[in-house]
Amino acid sequence: MSSQTLHVWSAILFVAALAVAGEVLIAAGMRQLGDLDDIRAHSGIFGAIWAVLTNPKFVIGALCMAFNFFAMLFALSIADLSLAAPAIASITYIGNAIAAKIFLREKVDKRRWLATAFVALGVALLAR
Amino acid sequence: MKNKLTPSQYAVLIAIMLTASVGDSLLSRGMGQVGQVDIHHLGLLWHALFNPFVDAGIVLLIGFFACYTAALSWADLTFVMPATAFGYVVIALLGRFWLHEQLSLSRWAGIGLIVCAVGFVAGGPSRTEHHELDQMDAGVGR
Repeated sequence: MSSQTLHVWSAILFVAALAVAGEVLIAAGMRQLGDLDDIRAHSGIFGAIWAVLTNPKFVIGALCMAFNFFAMLFALSIADLSLAAPAIASITYIGNAIAAKIFLREKVDKRRWLATAFVALGVALLAR
Repeated sequence: MKNKLTPSQYAVLIAIMLTASVGDSLLSRGMGQVGQVDIHHLGLLWHALFNPFVDAGIVLLIGFFACYTAALSWADLTFVMPATAFGYVVIALLGRFWLHEQLSLSRWAGIGLIVCAVGFVAGGPSRTEHHELDQMDAGVGR
């Protein structure tokens, strides 16, 4: 593997890892808070927004997503768009499913693994 | 695991499918009108805020993030994921029927795969319940 290829794939994996970290942290934060409709019924829309914005996992997750946005711009500047965009999208979806199973203890059954594989392949074909 | 979604929860999932893709399209159309922004022309970003396409795109993307966050408060990440992927299908279909672009066979295959994925997940439960963990989390977090 040439150093250029290694460079490009490291950038792709880094961007995907940031996206997975962001989405899993946001999901963990929201699971911790519970149904937002219940919170809104109890303390109003601003109470719900406040509960979300003061949840540490949500805030760190959102920062990961913001950082992911800039890392993506960097990755796209060194890699071919037609490689980087589908690769990042696919790896993010697969990483999300694995991380959701390990860290969020989601019951990822056969049906969801199949959906993850289909989504990963589908976005690889569409994200260019 | 819970299976029943209310109509308003279905509406949130449909909003996730539509807002991200339409928001991205509006933003890229608006930025196309504004021109290329680089480190020497950061002033253009201020200018971009007065472009109606950019404004509409930002509003839709904020809406997307709100809907996505709300959905994760009552559904699993692996349940919501295919809905976010459906945005790619919406963009491809907008290109086909609104901009009259030709879609290659591989793009049609991609659309088919994501539609199937949504079908697989939609037929199953939306949320993994693990009460003891949730209660532990709630005790620490609030």
